[in-house]
Amino acid sequence: MTDFDFAIIIKSIPFLLEGMWVSLLLTLLAITGGLILGVLLALCRLAPYTWLSFAAGTYVNFFRSMPLILIIFWFYFLVPFILGRPVGSFYSVLTAFVMFEAAYYCEIIRAGIQSVRTGQVYAGQALGLTYAQNMRFVVLPQAFRAMMPILLTQSIIMFQDTSLVYVVGLRDFLVAADIVANRDNRLMEMYMTVAIVYFALCLVGQLGIHKLQKKFPTGR
Amino acid sequence: MNYNWDWGVLFCTVEDAAAGCSQPFFQWIVSGFGWTIAVAAAAWVIAFSLGSLIGVMRTLENPILRGIGTGYVTIFRNIPLLVQMFLWYFVMPELLPKEAGMWVKRGMPMPEYWTAVFCLGTYTASRVGEQVRAGIQSITQGQRYAAMAIGLRPTQVYRYILLPVGYRIIIPPLTSDFLGIFKNSSLALTIGVLELTAQTRQIEEYTFQGFEAFTAATLLYILVTAIVMAVMRVVESRVAIPGMISLGAK
Repeated sequence: MTDFDFAIIIKSIPFLLEGMWVSLLLTLLAITGGLILGVLLALCRLAPYTWLSFAAGTYVNFFRSMPLILIIFWFYFLVPFILGRPVGSFYSVLTAFVMFEAAYYCEIIRAGIQSVRTGQVYAGQALGLTYAQNMRFVVLPQAFRAMMPILLTQSIIMFQDTSLVYVVGLRDFLVAADIVANRDNRLMEMYMTVAIVYFALCLVGQLGIHKLQKKFPTGR
Repeated sequence: MNYNWDWGVLFCTVEDAAAGCSQPFFQWIVSGFGWTIAVAAAAWVIAFSLGSLIGVMRTLENPILRGIGTGYVTIFRNIPLLVQMFLWYFVMPELLPKEAGMWVKRGMPMPEYWTAVFCLGTYTASRVGEQVRAGIQSITQGQRYAAMAIGLRPTQVYRYILLPVGYRIIIPPLTSDFLGIFKNSSLALTIGVLELTAQTRQIEEYTFQGFEAFTAATLLYILVTAIVMAVMRVVESRVAIPGMISLGAK
């Protein structure tokens, strides 16, 4: 501990910030894409057509039984192969995260929709609302409240998971720190910095979720 | 784009250049699968025992023990697993006293394996701890009071009443935690454990037949997941307590 070198951390801040930007951008895009695909999948799973819910269910189970690293490897090779040209690791990895995250979001959203009491649905129908209106004004607002904390928690987990892009060398926060660490042989300083920064960010996120939960109780 | 499918590489058991086998890739996959199981199983032992301890601590009345439990969960849940892996493997030996650090680096047998096991175990313990706590807290207080009323000591209350009931309630989330360890064991490749994913990556590097290798790994992961889920479903229904609803897998 005696030769802990703070100067190297300060000196590499701009470089690390660039990496953090990649991590955050990847997280935000993956959340957006994952949510869109996840909602579609959840609606498919709850659809009255057996084949549709079966297909969505298979998708979810498939992606949930594979390690994320393997999925990253799959898409790292698959995306350029399908497009027929190199696209850069960022887009391959983003595709992997969107596909992977959608499977998890789907289950959360499905559980949220199912947690709305059937009486509410019947009441909506009794008022003469169409299926779309019932979803839009009665079911989804309540479901959204119920699943919001879990969705956000899952998003924090995903932010942590983006560090796995290390395996394909995309220059995110961890990889940027790793580059400095190996270049200057300062593994201890850099890895500890990474751990503390991730810890602080995730903790702030978690506390935010707690506050949100208190502000918008589900009323049950 | 052209891709020459060659499933044959997966079944190379001997080095045979004529058959397109530069290495015994079949054995690679088998040994990788073996390491995956070995990492996951050993890590689960740590995760389950340490996690139970943490979970119990968080339900105690002693504020210090409860604080330690909460602190543990907060720290281990908010640092990415990969970063934890690097901390244990690269940083921890430097922080130890000199002799201990040297032993970890040089003397310890299979340092990558044991580091990966320890890291996965302690990480998953934070998750198991949350499940155990939820399981214990879902038992009605009446059970605890009844146990105390018949004169059981606190350890006995946990040993004979709260834990046996709690564990049975949380079988589904525990199953998904175990599958989590099984999948997360792939992170061990970053510190050099040649488990299943690492082996398939290596086959890709040797043969450029990446899709075949990844398919093999995918099938193996899915197979194990399906088996574990099926077995645990049977276990759950066998040990279910009549009148109690389990916490249900997410």
